[in-house]
Amino acid sequence: MRIKNGEDLSKLRKSIMQKRDKNRRLITVCGGTGCRAYGCEDLIAALKNEVEKSGLKGKVEVKATGCPGFCERGNLVVIYPEGIFYQRVKTEDVPDIIKETIVGKKIVDRLLFVDQVTGQKVTYEKDVPFYKKQTRLLLGNNGIVDPTDIEDYIVIGGYSALAKALSTMKPEKVIEEVKKAGLRGRGGAGFPAGLKWEITRKAKGTQKYVVCNADEGDPGAFMDRSLLEGNPHSILEGLTIGAYAIGASNGFVYVRNEYPLAVQNVTLAVEQARERGLLGEKILGTDFSFDVEIVRGAGAFVCGEETALMASIEGARGVPKQRPPFPSDRGIWGKPTNINNVETWANVPIIIEKGADWYSKIGTKGSKGTKIFALVGKINNTGLVEVPMGTTISETVYGIGGGIPNGKQLKAIQIGGPSGGCIPKTFIDVPIDYDELKKLGGMMGSGGMVVMDEDTCMVDVAKYFLEFLLEESCGKCTTCRDGIERMLEIVTRITDGNGTMKDLDTLSELAEVVRDASMCGLGQTSPNPVLSTLRHFRDEYVAHIKDKKCPGRVCKALITYSIEKDKCTSCGACKKRCPQGAISGEKGKPYKIDPSKCIRCNVCYETCKFGAIKKE
Amino acid sequence: MIKLRIDGLDVQAEEGWTILETCKFYGIDVPTLCYDEGLTPYGGCRLCVVEIGEGPGAKLASSCTYPAMEGLVVRTHSRRVVKARKMVIELMLARCSSSKTIQDLASKYDVHEVRFKLKHEDCILCGLCVRVCEQQMMAGAIGFVNRGKDVKITTPFDIKSDVCRTCGACMYICPACSARCQGPQEESAICGGCLNMTPSCLEYYDDAQCFMSETSCGTCVREGPKKKESSEKKV
Repeated sequence: MRIKNGEDLSKLRKSIMQKRDKNRRLITVCGGTGCRAYGCEDLIAALKNEVEKSGLKGKVEVKATGCPGFCERGNLVVIYPEGIFYQRVKTEDVPDIIKETIVGKKIVDRLLFVDQVTGQKVTYEKDVPFYKKQTRLLLGNNGIVDPTDIEDYIVIGGYSALAKALSTMKPEKVIEEVKKAGLRGRGGAGFPAGLKWEITRKAKGTQKYVVCNADEGDPGAFMDRSLLEGNPHSILEGLTIGAYAIGASNGFVYVRNEYPLAVQNVTLAVEQARERGLLGEKILGTDFSFDVEIVRGAGAFVCGEETALMASIEGARGVPKQRPPFPSDRGIWGKPTNINNVETWANVPIIIEKGADWYSKIGTKGSKGTKIFALVGKINNTGLVEVPMGTTISETVYGIGGGIPNGKQLKAIQIGGPSGGCIPKTFIDVPIDYDELKKLGGMMGSGGMVVMDEDTCMVDVAKYFLEFLLEESCGKCTTCRDGIERMLEIVTRITDGNGTMKDLDTLSELAEVVRDASMCGLGQTSPNPVLSTLRHFRDEYVAHIKDKKCPGRVCKALITYSIEKDKCTSCGACKKRCPQGAISGEKGKPYKIDPSKCIRCNVCYETCKFGAIKKE
Repeated sequence: MIKLRIDGLDVQAEEGWTILETCKFYGIDVPTLCYDEGLTPYGGCRLCVVEIGEGPGAKLASSCTYPAMEGLVVRTHSRRVVKARKMVIELMLARCSSSKTIQDLASKYDVHEVRFKLKHEDCILCGLCVRVCEQQMMAGAIGFVNRGKDVKITTPFDIKSDVCRTCGACMYICPACSARCQGPQEESAICGGCLNMTPSCLEYYDDAQCFMSETSCGTCVREGPKKKESSEKKV
């Protein structure tokens, strides 16, 4: 079973290819976490059952793959070799798919994707605008590979980059290649990966470690989760190449336990790689030995910070330490350690395989390659989007994301999770890369991209992130623990309508000190939601304070509900649903809301079909 | 010897020294709360932050944890440092308003306003007690639990610890709750801010300068402040 060398690997690849019938029909179903919520496991079982019932066993294969990214439209089914794309598939559709498409070679019209812009139906996966406008270097394989089967990864060229690195490149050459490719860390700060590797390689000591940081905790972000769930071998391959370049003999994948499927798939991948001799002693017949241990995180956001992560791996409380010493110098158990996140490691095999010159052509001057964003919020096509660095926000939101639902206007984009900032729509044509975002007071972060429409209150957004960070701060240093609490205190005062203009000065003064004086990345970036909204949306803060109005109509203390007389048909629907009995009226006359009873729960607003409820 | 520059002075540090230790050696005053010579540095209180580097790349870092390195340029009292330090003191005052130590610091660093709601906690979570218990008393009876705003120091499961010998080291080393401000007490006063103020603080400032309570304790006015010719406090 062990693969002895590079040649052996290509032989294995050829034999797997021969074993597989090219003309065989293949039905792939997204088996990612999002689609599991849609019930994809039942769907897969139903498909398998139907195939058997129709006597097609052996001729048609049903495969659960990783998440291809179009989560809005799950369950996603693709039928090969044609590449027919069905979306929002339910178990009830299974007989039709088998009967019509597989046997009858006809398209099931109702399952096709309708382009929001042109209104036309799209038959093939490659023509779906959501996919077409992306550059799917990393995510592309998620929809093809069965993450639980190493052969699936090997057959698409997997582990050939490792074979190439081990047999033809010296460690220094690997580092040189990664440096030349211009790969920057995808975890947030964007430190050049090759440089980090070089520092760790040159650090004193014989025992060194590499770590894959899969403790993705940003609200709304799931890029690393999907990579780890959908194509775990690509990350292991990258990690192994990195370990070879750095001179590490042990590695860790630190994955949060809230990602059970990722834990399961990566654990299985490690076992399979070990069986094949792609991990363990004398990998691919060379003198290089390396093994990986899976460490599960216990749900602390701060453990995504590298020093806290290392403490957690050591078994200590997940609390950061002041750097220096940097992990590259003194990391896990005091040994030099190189930490990169999932997406960074997944880029490594591509760089080695295709070369730095090829890779560095993608992206902008300072930021190379692609970046995966979790496009969420008020957006038509929720999902994972992989674009070259330098793609504009508008292309991502409108071109790929399909715009804002219900004809609403875009207000801001929140990039980079709690550490990132809110970028107003005036900067929509700014290319997304590390340096441009920094200039705007944002941050690439790990890649959450939350789209906000006109019904969003930016003060409330700042409050939300502060609440999140207050929970997730480790509580070690004064500025972060008490500073965030006090920022929240002020912001809450403002959203309650009790703020003063002096509060704004205190808030920005405090935010700057928290940014300056906190110990770790979490604390230093925690005021970003406040600072960026203060910078770009100061008028909203002022409106809360001076006019006692919430422009986004979100802050309950500052909005009132009333019924517009001429629009009210006195149907009584609102009265029926009002939990407080605040609405009164009789047939033929417009209804009224008693403001003293109203708890601003928004139920009447959502209930009224005539738009007669006025919120201001 | 490591050569570096602190506050414009060319200084030398021994291998293994931190910036704080170097400062102490040269008599440069850097305030600390969570630092103790006999314990490992923690870097939690953020009072000892200093500015390291020059130009736009300069950053603040806790001097108690930062190793002295060749060629470093350190400023212990730059505008940025003082601003951060004053804010840290204000945050601590808001948290533990009756701590004598923190009131002394406030007095020293001219912090005379707390713009946040006072909390009257006893603990500033500096972790000295945890470290002294573990590192000097070899007991490890107490530790941090929870995180974020809920973090606190206690014994496992909040019950009496089997390994605690009630030695009292934790109480001895505590910088915040061991000395509580008892109001104006001339004999033992460290800061005596309330006594040294003429006229009394309420005539000087909008708010009471005594952080023991949300309203002024009024003792200084009632008993008559000790008159001093030159008051150092100016608005």
